[in-house]
Amino acid sequence: MNEDLRRERDSASFNPELLTHILDGGAERTQRRKEIEALVLNDPDFQHEDLNFLSRSQRYEEAIRKSALMVVKLRKYGIADPDEIYWFKRTCLGSFVEPLGLHFSMFTNTLQNQCTVGQQDKWLPLTYGLQIIGTYAQTEMGHGTHLRGLETTATYDPATQEFILNSPTVTSIKWWPGGLGKTSNHAIVLAQLYTQGQCKGLHAFIVPIRQLGTHEPLPGITVGDIGPKFGYDEMDNGYLKMDNFRIPRENMLMKYAKIEPDGTYVKPVSDKLTYGTMVFIRSIIVGDSARSLSKACTIAIRYSSVRHQSELKPGDPEPQILDYQTQQYKLFPLLATAYAFHFVGAYMKMTYYRITGDINEGDLSELPELHALTAGLKAFTSWIANAGIEECRMACGGHGYSRCSGLPDIYVTFTPCCTYEGENTVMMLQTARFLIKSYTQVCSGQLVSGMVSYLNDLSGQHIQPQQVAARPTAVHINDPASLVEAYKLRASRFVEVAAKNLQAELNRRKSREDAWNRTSVDLVRASEAHCHYVVVKLFTTQLSEINDAAVHAVMNNLCLLYALYGISKHTGDFLQAGILTDAQVTQVYQRVKELLAAIRPNAVALVDAFDFHDNCLASVLGRYDGNIYENMFEWAKKSPLNKTEVHEAFHKHLKPKQAKL
Amino acid sequence: MAQWNRSGYFRSSGSRDVNPDLETERQTASFSVERLTAILDGGADNTRTRRAVEAVIHSEPGFSRENQYFQSQNERYEAAVRRSVYLKEKMHQMGWTEDGPEIKYCYRALGGDLAFNVHRVFKNSILALGTDEQIAKWIPLADKYHIIGTYAQTELGHGTFLRGLETTAIFDISTQEFTLNTPKISAMKWWPGDLGRSATHAVVFAQLYIKGKCYGLHAFILQIRSLRDHSPAPGVIVGDIGPKMNFEHIDNGYLMLQNINIPRENMLSRFSQVLPDGTYVKRGSDKINYLTMIMTRIHILWIEVIPTLLKACTIATRYSVVRRQSKLNPGDPEAKILDYQTQQQKLLPLLATAYAFHFMNAYVNEFYNKGYTEIRQENFDSLPELHALTAGIKAIITEYCTAGAEVCLRACGGHGYSALSGLPFLYTKLAASCTYEGENTVLFLQTARFLVKCLAAVHSGQPIPPSATYLSSVDSGKCQARTSVDFLKPDIYAEAYRHRATRLLGNAATKLQGLVQSGAEQHEAWNQCTVQLVQAAKAHCHYIVVKNFIDTVEKLRNEAEIQKIVKHLCDLFALHGIFSNTGDFLYAGYISGDQIDMVTASYLDLLAVIRNDAVPLVDAFDFTDESLNSALGSYDGHVYQRLYEWAQKSPTNKQVSQAYARYLKPLFQSALSKL
Repeated sequence: MNEDLRRERDSASFNPELLTHILDGGAERTQRRKEIEALVLNDPDFQHEDLNFLSRSQRYEEAIRKSALMVVKLRKYGIADPDEIYWFKRTCLGSFVEPLGLHFSMFTNTLQNQCTVGQQDKWLPLTYGLQIIGTYAQTEMGHGTHLRGLETTATYDPATQEFILNSPTVTSIKWWPGGLGKTSNHAIVLAQLYTQGQCKGLHAFIVPIRQLGTHEPLPGITVGDIGPKFGYDEMDNGYLKMDNFRIPRENMLMKYAKIEPDGTYVKPVSDKLTYGTMVFIRSIIVGDSARSLSKACTIAIRYSSVRHQSELKPGDPEPQILDYQTQQYKLFPLLATAYAFHFVGAYMKMTYYRITGDINEGDLSELPELHALTAGLKAFTSWIANAGIEECRMACGGHGYSRCSGLPDIYVTFTPCCTYEGENTVMMLQTARFLIKSYTQVCSGQLVSGMVSYLNDLSGQHIQPQQVAARPTAVHINDPASLVEAYKLRASRFVEVAAKNLQAELNRRKSREDAWNRTSVDLVRASEAHCHYVVVKLFTTQLSEINDAAVHAVMNNLCLLYALYGISKHTGDFLQAGILTDAQVTQVYQRVKELLAAIRPNAVALVDAFDFHDNCLASVLGRYDGNIYENMFEWAKKSPLNKTEVHEAFHKHLKPKQAKL
Repeated sequence: MAQWNRSGYFRSSGSRDVNPDLETERQTASFSVERLTAILDGGADNTRTRRAVEAVIHSEPGFSRENQYFQSQNERYEAAVRRSVYLKEKMHQMGWTEDGPEIKYCYRALGGDLAFNVHRVFKNSILALGTDEQIAKWIPLADKYHIIGTYAQTELGHGTFLRGLETTAIFDISTQEFTLNTPKISAMKWWPGDLGRSATHAVVFAQLYIKGKCYGLHAFILQIRSLRDHSPAPGVIVGDIGPKMNFEHIDNGYLMLQNINIPRENMLSRFSQVLPDGTYVKRGSDKINYLTMIMTRIHILWIEVIPTLLKACTIATRYSVVRRQSKLNPGDPEAKILDYQTQQQKLLPLLATAYAFHFMNAYVNEFYNKGYTEIRQENFDSLPELHALTAGIKAIITEYCTAGAEVCLRACGGHGYSALSGLPFLYTKLAASCTYEGENTVLFLQTARFLVKCLAAVHSGQPIPPSATYLSSVDSGKCQARTSVDFLKPDIYAEAYRHRATRLLGNAATKLQGLVQSGAEQHEAWNQCTVQLVQAAKAHCHYIVVKNFIDTVEKLRNEAEIQKIVKHLCDLFALHGIFSNTGDFLYAGYISGDQIDMVTASYLDLLAVIRNDAVPLVDAFDFTDESLNSALGSYDGHVYQRLYEWAQKSPTNKQVSQAYARYLKPLFQSALSKL
């Protein structure tokens, strides 16, 4: 092991294993996770060439091979628990994605949730064995967020008892679904249902798209890959165009709405369950934010302890770059953020399970609120993690830019989640809608509960800007609980400002949508402040559950750093609302720097506690043993440009020039 | 809705068939786009030259960048080499010279997708550091591409800190040769462009040793590959460093040297020389070498970095008036996404930033030319300022441009992630700029060091360099604005930025001084203040950019319509900066809470005003479709047709993949009987 890293590890003030247990949810779970990971890591069938050196087609093929293999192996080992399947898969995939991802998630889930019993009996067994592979085709080239705008049509023909599917325009081509381009032979297609001359809105249909046996597209189906993207190289995101393509009546998913053979439409009973799926997916994304940022921090912090540069003290050897205050200032707040987001993800998942419990008996009344609030948290955490991963990459100087650092891959695999499953700005505005609703409720004298209950205080103590004397002494910058209060006040103020500005706009014009649009910058700001408060609160709450004194001490510092760094980046909000004084702001800046120095000795141990296996990190810079330079050289030698000593470009283009010598 | 029956939609930018949603945006422009283009080009003559060059380049299939996004690293490298060799011939044919105005327009037309960029640095370093004889020997060969050179400075384990480089060059009096060595793995040269596959020669930086004594870093020319068969010279281990986030067309390389002997004449000796008997002679100041570095920095800003942000803005803005999503008013069709305030807030401040940075060109060049003239006359007085100014400006511009391109990418929803949008390519290109030619944090600290010295000069009554004279002016202590309209007065916001820069620098310097006085060692005190110093340097650069924008607006006084819209952009740039950093201005009550609300109101109003000219403002950048190379950003706005057309060309839709036959077919067979 590299001497620098060994020294860092020896000097840690706490046992990282204990922290790993907290992150995993218990020592037993850590142990089980490691067992599952070992199944993959020790299995020669899962070995593969470094994907960085493969073409898109080769990467796609490798991913398909692994997907098929994973199904076989999971069955062989009898792994069925969702968490355990997740551990298994992510160990196989590292920073990459699988073309069958949507088959296992959206395709199968939709069949489970929206099929009649008869339909389930027909389709589900085929999907479990991968005898059919499906995807979920909702988004169209011209339409994403606004579902009512989708243009694909499904027109019922009572004469043959079939639906006729059409893509009437270029903009109506289904575009982006994962696994659609080359892999799937079926798709769940969302289309506007027309029957008896009337449009009945969006419904889901199961559509065969490729011939079983030859895998050729069926007549009337145009399907293909949408081309290269920012990452996701091994995923065949696809397009699908349908021309008078007919499917039997039974292929409409009819658990809720139905079409009778004569074309009579039977309306659905409303359901809240779709909220549940979305909350679950968002909790996964929040967890992903934490995980991706943790990986990036692991790489950047380990590299920063191995890399030496310049001089701090004239005459001394070059110091580790982690000893520079500017480097600590880039990385430690991100490290604290990674931990904070981890606790938020765990909280969301737990709340989801608590509420849905046994889904048929659970009290689902909290779901709409949770749905609204998690929209914002999805956006908040993914935006910050996205920027954080890039900061980590840039903190690694030039070498971060090489794909051998692993950071470009982590970034490109993560960044689309700012857009998919709900575009982040749209998500923030959904949360804002809930905040405004709650505020209006409070104003009309009703109390609100849950994470927004702080709004109840507003009627009593309107927050006045500039009332510096009124509150500042209440905030103790070394007390996490007091900082939670400060964030709460900031959120209250922004919700109130947004609500008042919205009302002012409403008084000026007719259209509610227009007024909303003209207030949306304020509204997004209110949502962000609310989410920030929730994150600080959840991190603080977590502290009380840590028993080990040494771990508690280091986590307390991280929690303080998270909260104070957030204040230092938004001092204007706290100053303008009179939550903090100028003097306190100066103290906050100072305290942040003290915390950087306090965390420095434990930085490596704190990323070790994330416990990523080297195969999972897939980074030469982030290797556990720190032997970076020799392994960069080994890695580079495998580059495709190095396959021959003299590149053919020389013979074709340069030699004719040089022959003139 | 885009209908099927449109024809010729994916042909060329010459097509007059324009998406009506874009057409209406152009009809309501408040100014002449052509006139603004001329101003941006520095005169209508330049615009004419540029367009003539672009026409030549785009008419040649040999320069085509079609299908670029489908190419592998190998293919992109080869294409770049092909284009570069071809460009050389074309320039000769057209009578365009290396130092003529056309070359930068060629670069622009080709989106920088050329090889041999470091070959130019190789030449410049010989011109700066070589003797007249050395220049006479090497430059003609390099000019004709008979040799291709690279500039090998950075090592695997060493970048910023040049004194830490480990490559050695030991002089042997008996043979009159230098022996170059890579003593350990961290000393391998790593990253130089054109090194991995192309270069035949390299300027290598190494620690010079004579009779056991180290004389520090010097530059040596050595041949690394055979001119006959291009194989590596004996003792040279050279190759490509592998795939990167972008720049796949460049063969960044590694180089390991094992006892390479080169003649004494191959040390670049304008400023220092080793005599046959091993005597080391120093001659004049090699400070002029700083000028090469400064010139390179300036060059990449205006050739590479800023145009990339301009392109990203063009793509995202055009797409945002073609893309429609959800409804703003019930009963209306879906609204253009640029009509959403949140979308305006993402894109329009960036558009203002793009203009702000473009206008910095004149300012920086003026500084440079003045400095250059003085330095040529061996007067180095202005060098520290020039160095500090370009360091900070490089850092702030690359930081903002990189962040901005990513915002553009994400503002295009899902389609921004498609490589065919062009945005991933632009973003990942910019992402490298924060590190190359000086890591940004290091550069900000260099600017800060200069500013701390200036502040000391203010206190001791010494003269202050022009870019920092504001540090000595008297501060009013409070912002004078009374209404939101007051914040549209350049004096008001310039003063606010000045106040902020002065205060942040003052605080950092006081803190630094305090630490030193309380017994901390200078270097330790400096390190403890670096976070603050970086903030101070950023505030300084921000002020310079705002101030220059204001000056530019004033100079447009003969162009009433254009001055009006550019003034709006200037206001937006300044107010966006205040809106995004309220704490810096609220601190110590310089701006009150009520005033911040005024800033916010003016800022939001400006978004709505500039919205109306957004498309004409990006049209004025006048990028050809070929140069943008984006399915979302073309002039005609036929976004969806082009996206579909291009996707069908993807090799994944043509190549036969074994994935089906090998892994899927066996699974699907058993479903045949059940369906």
